[in-house]
This record gives sequence, structure tokens and C-alpha cells, in this order.
Amino acid sequence: MSVWVYGEQKSELGLEGTITRKIEEDLYEVFIGPQHPGSGHMRIIIRIDGDIIVEADPDMGYVHRTMEKLAEGREWIKNVPLFERMAIQDACNVTVSYIIALERILDIEPPPRAKYLRTLLCEINRIAAHLYGFGIFGVFIGHSTMYMWSFADREVMVELAERLTGARLTHSYPIPGGARKDIPQDFPQAARKAVRYFRRRLEEYRKIFLDNPVTRKRLEGVGIIPKKIAAELGVVGPVARASGIKYDARLAEPYDAYDEVEFEVPVFEEGDALARAWVKFEEIKQSLRIIEQAVDWLERHPREAPIHDRFWAKSPPLWKKVFEAEGRVKLLPLMANMKLPPGRAMARSETARGEIIYYVESDGKSTPYRVRIVSPSARNAIVFKYIAPGYKVMDLPTIYGSIDYFPPEADR
Amino acid sequence: MDLAQARKIVEEALSGIEARVEEGRGFIEFIVSKENLVEAASRLKKAGFDHVKSLTVVDYKAEGKFKIVYYVSSYLNEDLAGVIVGIGTEVPRDNPKMPTLVYVWRSAEFQEREVFEFFGIDFEDHPDLRLLLLTPQVAEKRPLRKDFIVKEEPIIRTTPPTG
Repeated sequence: MSVWVYGEQKSELGLEGTITRKIEEDLYEVFIGPQHPGSGHMRIIIRIDGDIIVEADPDMGYVHRTMEKLAEGREWIKNVPLFERMAIQDACNVTVSYIIALERILDIEPPPRAKYLRTLLCEINRIAAHLYGFGIFGVFIGHSTMYMWSFADREVMVELAERLTGARLTHSYPIPGGARKDIPQDFPQAARKAVRYFRRRLEEYRKIFLDNPVTRKRLEGVGIIPKKIAAELGVVGPVARASGIKYDARLAEPYDAYDEVEFEVPVFEEGDALARAWVKFEEIKQSLRIIEQAVDWLERHPREAPIHDRFWAKSPPLWKKVFEAEGRVKLLPLMANMKLPPGRAMARSETARGEIIYYVESDGKSTPYRVRIVSPSARNAIVFKYIAPGYKVMDLPTIYGSIDYFPPEADR
Repeated sequence: MDLAQARKIVEEALSGIEARVEEGRGFIEFIVSKENLVEAASRLKKAGFDHVKSLTVVDYKAEGKFKIVYYVSSYLNEDLAGVIVGIGTEVPRDNPKMPTLVYVWRSAEFQEREVFEFFGIDFEDHPDLRLLLLTPQVAEKRPLRKDFIVKEEPIIRTTPPTG
């Protein structure tokens, strides 16, 4: 087992430019986390020379639950609530690709209405998760106003999700072949009001946080990831897009209604912490656009059961009655121990923190043979090891906050 | 770009290396021998597949082998970004050793550590093969192998309470 020496790893990656001074000896080892209020449920072991980080070793796994193994013992549909626990405020984004993988094995496509409903919830979740990220980021760098504001405003989106699904978090909303509930009658008005509110509010966020001279001093030029290095390290989501990589799973392989709605993917070239904050900020604006379009579409088109006919045709009369009265698709009994034909599928979706990938293998039973999950934070963890060295200890919370690392999702 | 076009590109890149092609839904994978893996991976990288999305291992206990597949795609080439291509190999269950691909794709580093602890697969020449998520006590049991069985604890009581 060899230990990385400072300088060596960077030159291998062509990163010499970021080294600030030569390291000799007398290094301190500092354990940041897991009990540190800033670091969440993970530990970063850093070695410092004076104030400069020489080596960083992310030590993950404090909230690990072996979801991949647990999934092998559960029926297909019961895995949805399990996987949601990775990122509860981002529940629809995290599970929708698992559902898409199942749909690929079943060889079905959800009806258009279900696609729009899922897209709507995905974007509501994305805004909620970005605001959560902003809040944590704010408090990391000592900007507690941002923390208070974004956690308060997140409530608007959580409330909207509750109106749509009945649950504030962990909605378990997408199911194979569709979605579980249609929008309530008064939803479009509420959604438009929220969008109007956020457009006004984002301007205030920009003034107090992104364009604040104190914040900019802390963020600008910190944790720079050049484009080539970003591709080499395989970072995802806002981290990649802040480094000039135009990659978004919604563009690369459009799922649900993303090939029908109009949106842009914000890309920044700087690659520093400030650019990563800006990407998230601009993404919220794009999500608002998508929410408007999805709500318009849902309002224009007649209400019908948002689930594939293959399941809906077989459902008992009570289920249809419930749908007519409440707009709710009661979970179909045949889904509880549904058997999937043997096959293998992969699907990806863009969560707030980046792309999540599921590999699903079925051997014809009612439980999966293998489910492999690669979550965005797990792929971004490598940033600590290769990017943090060379910066000051004070910059570590900035780097941590800017990549929006989320331990439960990374550990799975 | 669709999977058929991607297949052509990869087959061209891998010319001269014997590979078994398997198609799944949403991806395509090429299984080569352990000896050829590093060479095949380097050629894929040259063809533009610049990062590893997922390192997936499946334990086929009945056949006595692990299938290890690196699912790769591209960031810098926007055409290739739409497809997921797998390059992998099979190793016997009783002696799971294989060369590391960290020097080809740095993005595989943490995922190889993960596979090492969950399946006990030894990546030769990996620069930093340590446990990532598990404690040594749990990692010893190789939790993702099929012979590790999770017993579910009953939630509902089936017998009436006594006393």
C-alpha cells in the first residue's frame, strides 16, 4: 500500500499550477469530523503544513446501510421507499431512474400524463434540494442569513410536493408504468404563485449571497477543478457543469418529459466554488421554467389515470372509484409481488447533486438479483482527495459546501 | 448516437482483442479476458470514453464467477455522452484477482475500493486499496457476495404474547 506524496499526485494529473508552496516535514494530522458540526456524517483526515492542506483522505461510511444488499431481499416495489432514504428531500429524482430501469425490463412506457407529473415533482425536488444545499453551504462559511432564508423558502417547495403527493418528503411517487397521484384542482394556482415568489426571492439571494463581497472573497478561486481534471475524476452534476462540462443526464438520455419541455443547462467555465454556487442558482431558475411548462401541460390535457394500461386495465372497480373521487391511484395489489422477466437494464437520472445510475438485474423472481447504485455524492467524494490539497484549512468547508456533498447519499 | 453506432465504434477500437458482446436495456457491454482488460480499456479511453460511471460486480455463485464491468461514457465528447458502454471481465470466485484500471480511469479509484471491501476482489497494483465504507469486521464477511444472507427480522408478531 503506497501513500500519496504531496506534489506527486498533482503532477500526474497535470495540476502543478495549484501548488502554493513546497512541503518539507513537520506535518500535522487533523481529523475533521464525523462529530464536527460542519462536516456531516463523514470524516476527512487531512495533513497540514502550517495552514496548507498537504493530503486529504475522505473517510466515508458513517451512515452506510448496504442498500444494494437489502434490495436483494425486498420485492421490486418495496425498494422505492428504501432508495429514497438516500436523499429524502430529493426523493423523486433519486428513485425515478430505478423505476425507469424496471420499466425497461418490463418493456413499458408510462403514459404522457404520468411523465409530466414525474417531471413536475422532480423539478420541485431539485429546487428543494438546491435550497438545502445553499443553506448548508451558507452556514459552512458563516453566512447564517443564507441558511435561515433558504431553509424557510424550501418550505414552499416542500409544501407544493405535499399537495401533489401527500408527503412532505419521501413521496414514493413514481411506480412502474406511472405515478401515484394526479394534481389536485387548486395545484396550478399554487405552483404559479410559488414560481412568482421564487423569481423575486432569487434576486434577493443573489444580492445577499452570490454578489456579496464577503462571500465572493471566500469562494472565488477556491477549489478550482479544470475541465480536463473534472472529466478525469468523473465528477458529476453542478460540480462538472461549473468546470465547463456540458453534461446533464436530462440532456444526454432524456427521460420522462424532458425531451418535450424547454430548458437550458447552465455551464460555467471557472470551475471554482463560486461557479458551483452559480450553477445551482441558475438551475433553480430553469427548474421554475420547467414547473410552469409542466403545470400548463397538465392543465390543458384531460385527466386520466397516470398509469400504464397494462396495470390499469386489470385493476378492480374500487381502484377506479378512488381515482375518480380523489385523483389518487391506489397502489395496485399486483405490484406488491410483481415478477419481472429475466433481463438487465441500466438507467440514469439527474438528481440535484448530479447523475445517479442504477444497474438492475432480474432473474425472473419477485426480488432483484442485483441492484447497483452509484450516487452522485459517491462520485464527487474523490474531489476531496485530489482537489483539496494545496488550499488552506479554512477553504475546506468551502470546498465541502460547494460540491454539496451529502453523506447519506454517498454511503448508500 | 444510439447503442448500435456505439457498438461499431467500440468494435473498431477493440479490433484484434477477442470480446464477447452482451446487450442490455440502456447499455452495451464487452467482456474480454483478464489479460486483455487493461489494453482494451486504454483503447476505449483513446476512443473518447473518459470516465467510469459505474463499476458493477455481479456474483454468479452457481457458475462460480464474478462478472466485473466498468461502465464508461464521455464528458468531453458530447456524441458519446448519450451511450453507456461496459468493458469488463470475469474472474473465478475462489481466487478473485484482477488488474486495476485506476491508471486508465482515475474515476474508478474509489469504486474499486468499494468492490474490494464488498466482494473481496483484489485489484493488483491499485495505489491505495483500503476499506472505504465498511468496518474491518463487516468487510471480512464480504457482504455483497451471494453467500452472505441477510435475515429479515419479523415486524408483525405471529404468535400471541404470553403471560
